[in-house]
Amino acid sequence: MSDPAAVAPPKTHGAHEAHHEELGFWRKYVFSTDHKVIGIQYAVTGLLFLLFGFSLMMLMRWNLAYPGAALPLLGKILGDSRMPGGTMLPEFYNELGAMHGTIMVFMGVVPLAVGGFGNFVLPLQIGAPDMAFPRLNMLSYWSFFLGGVTMLVSFFVPGGSAQSGWTSYAPLAVIASTGQTVWLFGMVFLITSSLLGAINFIATTIQLRAKGLTFMRFPFFVWAQFVTAFLLLLAFPPLEAAAFMQLMDRLAGTSFFLPSGLVVSGQVLTNAGGGNPLLWQHLFWFLAHPEVYVLILPAMGIVAEIIANNTRKPLWGYRSMVYSLIFLGFMSFIVWAHHMFMTGMGTAMAAFFQTTTMIISIPSVVILTALIISLWGGSIRFNTPMLFACGFLPMFGIGGLTGLPLGLNVTDIPLHDTYYVIAHFHYVVAPGTIFALFAGIYYWYPKATGRKMSETLGKIHFAGSFVCMNVVFMPMFIMGLAGVSRRLYDGGAGYAFAQPVLHWNIVSSWGAWALGLFQLPFIFNFFWSIWKGEKAEDNAWQATTIEWAAAPSPPPHGNFHVAPEAYRGPYEYSVPGAARDFVPQCEA
Amino acid sequence: MEIPYTVEIRRDTGLTNGKIGIWLFLASEVMLFGALFASYILIRTGAPVWPRGDTILNVPLATFNTIVLISSSVTMVMAWASLKRNRFGTFRMYMGATILLGATFLVVKYFEYSHKFELGLFPSTSNFLALYFTLTGLHMLHVIGGMAVNAYFWGPGAKLWKTNPEWFTNRVEHSGLFWHFVDLVWIFLFPTLYLL
Repeated sequence: MSDPAAVAPPKTHGAHEAHHEELGFWRKYVFSTDHKVIGIQYAVTGLLFLLFGFSLMMLMRWNLAYPGAALPLLGKILGDSRMPGGTMLPEFYNELGAMHGTIMVFMGVVPLAVGGFGNFVLPLQIGAPDMAFPRLNMLSYWSFFLGGVTMLVSFFVPGGSAQSGWTSYAPLAVIASTGQTVWLFGMVFLITSSLLGAINFIATTIQLRAKGLTFMRFPFFVWAQFVTAFLLLLAFPPLEAAAFMQLMDRLAGTSFFLPSGLVVSGQVLTNAGGGNPLLWQHLFWFLAHPEVYVLILPAMGIVAEIIANNTRKPLWGYRSMVYSLIFLGFMSFIVWAHHMFMTGMGTAMAAFFQTTTMIISIPSVVILTALIISLWGGSIRFNTPMLFACGFLPMFGIGGLTGLPLGLNVTDIPLHDTYYVIAHFHYVVAPGTIFALFAGIYYWYPKATGRKMSETLGKIHFAGSFVCMNVVFMPMFIMGLAGVSRRLYDGGAGYAFAQPVLHWNIVSSWGAWALGLFQLPFIFNFFWSIWKGEKAEDNAWQATTIEWAAAPSPPPHGNFHVAPEAYRGPYEYSVPGAARDFVPQCEA
Repeated sequence: MEIPYTVEIRRDTGLTNGKIGIWLFLASEVMLFGALFASYILIRTGAPVWPRGDTILNVPLATFNTIVLISSSVTMVMAWASLKRNRFGTFRMYMGATILLGATFLVVKYFEYSHKFELGLFPSTSNFLALYFTLTGLHMLHVIGGMAVNAYFWGPGAKLWKTNPEWFTNRVEHSGLFWHFVDLVWIFLFPTLYLL
């Protein structure tokens, strides 16, 4: 470690750390400006929302497996307005569906992947004392929290929560009940939170990286968060604009998304008309396609860290991975309309967007291939984080490859409205991204708490989740190829052609409930290990990156006793001639 | 614990944190208004008939407002330049003028809006008016936001001048960048809505 006086500009790193004043409970744990506390707040809130969003789905799976059957016990609790006599109303099913999507994407995965891991890990990995704007960071969390509460409140307004899908397509969403208005306000809070967070991540990465930490010495995780932040920064505002316009349509009677002569329940709407429903879809997907990469890039970053660490080898093709990541970021802004092949927007548009979609699959394949080749010839340590990271590779592979037919206009049209699409993107996000997030939790837990999570429980969690995820989603490919629509609240029971594949609904549902059970070891492990987990060293995984090599576990306020400096690339594992099988970035 | 590069410039980037932050924020604002302008184009090109702006809206008032906002941008620069020259009193005067000009803009806008309402012209009347009210309304929110920040630096925020004048000057500069952006949006809105 170098002399602190030699580190000229960040002279404030270590100096104040030793004698800063003790903060009270509220400032330390609730309204904290410390990126580590905020990261943990984000992560825990995100995990709770993931659990809640998953519970909504487990409820929906009941009606899909046993349409019209009364749900014992829980059906009574939910009351007559939702489940009279224990049987689910279609409107309630729609509420659950819309909110499942909204919660999982905007309140679960993104806050955990970006808000949680980004906040906790990124400043530590670049050797920064905190984020560039700590108060903005706190504001960003509380804006997210407010958005989350708003969304939860929407279940209790008259007519229930939003029911028009997580995409809120107009004109359906414009004429929906009050819950949709609450949804829109909730989204404005969530978007604001993401914008503030994105500004903070970019400024922190550019400005606060340690001396000697050039961009090509960044751990891949930092690159992933950096590109993700740009996507959030530039893709979210158009959705904010769209949300304002939909609010105007709903509250001020404008017709941005209402065409002329729209007939609802046999009556012609009195609106001025002249609006364009496709405008909503364009603005929505202009966000929501980059959003897909917001979901997947941090996951790739986490997996890259864990694979390098546990193969004890440098990442294979680090530079091509970084270039692919940047290219992926750019391309993600010009593929959005491949979600809209069914809308009749025209063959010229479709041709353009299917071309860009085929192009964007190349960098994704480059990154995944580089990760797989990285395993080659390594003496792999199969601990829990590594198991989840290895689980990510084939699951994301399945999700990605099954997306190719959806990116082509001709094959998308028969598949688009079927369960095939549900299976495809859930393979990307559920056993893909969420496995990577679990991997990240097991990996960085010792940094946050100073203790490791139980390996035994972790392995049970992994094995159970891995099997159940496939039991849930694989049948959906079969049902989708048989043509079963993904938008039916009875799971297709009303259609003759769906009868031969209907039994897969039951398999899928039991898979989902079993998946729920297999999360119990994780939940127990998460809390139990805080107090009873095996004590971990500062560098619990013998890693090379700065957060492990230079910061104590858990890191103090200000993170480092001495400001770290970077002398080499991020993954110097098994260097011939070195004393140990890892050479930390910050060791001269 | 202090965050580095809030006041001093990082050598290899040539920037302070705040400067990067405000430019990133402005980039997202460009996307926000960009989406609205794109919506304007899509809805207008899809409409069978579209009124000329000057047949419905008051062009002289808007011209006056354009001059007001451009002047406020000038006073904003002068406020920052006064701090650079270490003249706090002049800063107060110019900053006060900036806030007052912003207020003038809002008052004029208030008369424009209420006149439209008196004539029975609401956002729901036509898509032209829907776009007019949404775009100018969102712009007005930005004006109010900018004024609030400027008022803070004119009033309680000015305490920082005594302890850390350089930091205060930077903050005023960043607030100014936002204010110029708000001005710029209006310069695009004026011809789009009133003249075309």
